[in-house]
Amino acid sequence: MHRPAYDVETVRADFPILDRPVRGRPLVYLDTAASAQKPSQVIDAERSFYAEDYANIHRGLYFLSQRASECYDAARRKVQDFLHARHPHEIVFTRSATEGINLVAASFGEAFLREGDEVVITGLEHHSNIVPWQLLRQKKGIVLKVAPVDDRGEVPLDGFTKLLGPRTKLAALAHVSNALGTVLPVMDMIRVAHRAGAKVLIDGSQSIVHLGADVQALDCDFFVFSGHKLYGPTGIGVLYGKEELLDAMPPYQGGGDMIAGVTFEKTTFAPLPAKFEAGTPAIAQAVALGAAIDFLTRLGLDRVHAHETALLDYATSRLSEVKSLAIVGTAAHKASVISFVMEGVHPHDIAHVLDSRGIAVRAGHHCAQPVMARFGIPATARASFGLYTTAGEVDALVEGLEKVEALFLR
Amino acid sequence: MNDNAVVRDLYQEVILDHSRNPRNRRAMAGCSHVARSENPSCGDEVSVFLEMNDRGVIGDIAFAGRSCAIATAAASLMTEVLVGKTPAQARTLFDGFRAIATGGVEAPLDGMEVELERLTSLSGLRDYPARVTCAMLAWHAMLAALQSPKEPGV
Repeated sequence: MHRPAYDVETVRADFPILDRPVRGRPLVYLDTAASAQKPSQVIDAERSFYAEDYANIHRGLYFLSQRASECYDAARRKVQDFLHARHPHEIVFTRSATEGINLVAASFGEAFLREGDEVVITGLEHHSNIVPWQLLRQKKGIVLKVAPVDDRGEVPLDGFTKLLGPRTKLAALAHVSNALGTVLPVMDMIRVAHRAGAKVLIDGSQSIVHLGADVQALDCDFFVFSGHKLYGPTGIGVLYGKEELLDAMPPYQGGGDMIAGVTFEKTTFAPLPAKFEAGTPAIAQAVALGAAIDFLTRLGLDRVHAHETALLDYATSRLSEVKSLAIVGTAAHKASVISFVMEGVHPHDIAHVLDSRGIAVRAGHHCAQPVMARFGIPATARASFGLYTTAGEVDALVEGLEKVEALFLR
Repeated sequence: MNDNAVVRDLYQEVILDHSRNPRNRRAMAGCSHVARSENPSCGDEVSVFLEMNDRGVIGDIAFAGRSCAIATAAASLMTEVLVGKTPAQARTLFDGFRAIATGGVEAPLDGMEVELERLTSLSGLRDYPARVTCAMLAWHAMLAALQSPKEPGV
């Protein structure tokens, strides 16, 4: 099939917010790793679902309820295809990746983890893949182990492998570090974890938008991501779990839609995926997430990835021209995220001056304080690039950083 | 240029001067009052040291820690205006500065117009609510220090 070359200007035309001036200048949005902007296709899908197809799902026998149920189920199948999952009922809609991890911690933890059992994470995790395991530690007395991070921001496989033992029940691993952009060797990590008899959860929040995901090729047991980082709406996330595991796990929350039958004596639970979707879900957001997946699939994730990789290389080289700047996280394999510090200038002040030029970057600890501690810094500034980012925007960033130097470092 | 106007609004020369050359940035061992304040969103931390003299006013005040330009400048300016003030006056200035930083209702000045005037160099903050936390960091540590158990003479 012939596909035209990737034209970033055409892509940008689908994102209405990119036309919005900020502080009197064109918006330069470099915080896509925190949340991606939304194309018209996603905005319109949510709007038209409410305008034309909306009712509650799986309850009504009337036309609109059936229609809404079909739309919701179709969205689930789109996610299934996108993740290359074996079955649609292995896809559980959640609020977010965070909720997906909490669901696994609570439910898998309840069914399979005993006092003294071990969960292994890495030193690059987002707080959302640390705190749920600490809460489980308080509740059940599990042991939490952390695979070390080297000076380049990589997690060497042998350091991870050394932590695996007979009591390791689960490894919970970011595929891509949100703070540094490091791509972890999850394929190898999953293989060695399985050899040790552990199950593996992959936090794909940062990776799926750059690399996609094939849960069968990875052979991970769980995979979570958030819709809003995939150019979809807020309030919707996905947990993929292998059928036999999800079947063996108890419900996470009780309520409507997740039951087969209720009496005051005994309740039997609905089959997958409804067992894990208590209450009315984020129906319109699931439908719009389906539209985001269609949008990305039409663009071609491989082409998006090539565009972002070229930008990462360009930005890495341009930023090295800024004398006082040091990039934090120099892994060989990175996603299009660059964390940096400037000698003598606090990240807040960097972000503030950039904001005055319409440039949005993140400054802080990126919900990854242990990563900051590993590098002995309180915070970084972070620029992250998406499918709509241009080389011109990277130039604007560099120009802004030169302004920062002029202001603070004369 | 638009961007320069916006930046200069907050990063005025006086702010840049206080952030580059902070006054009273030193730890004070054995002082009567000390407390630390942290900004959880960025990990910044400021400790404030107070020495109350025998007339019941702040005889010496200093700060130390790790902070951005706004937090550093605010701390530095704070130490300048609080020398010679009673705890009650320090609390009044806290309210006055918070009003300046947030654009809130101005507190009664109680004869401290000069001090508050000095602090208005940070009035540009009102357009940046996210940075008010930075500017208040040392002020919160100061309030906590005043309430710390190490009361003078104890």
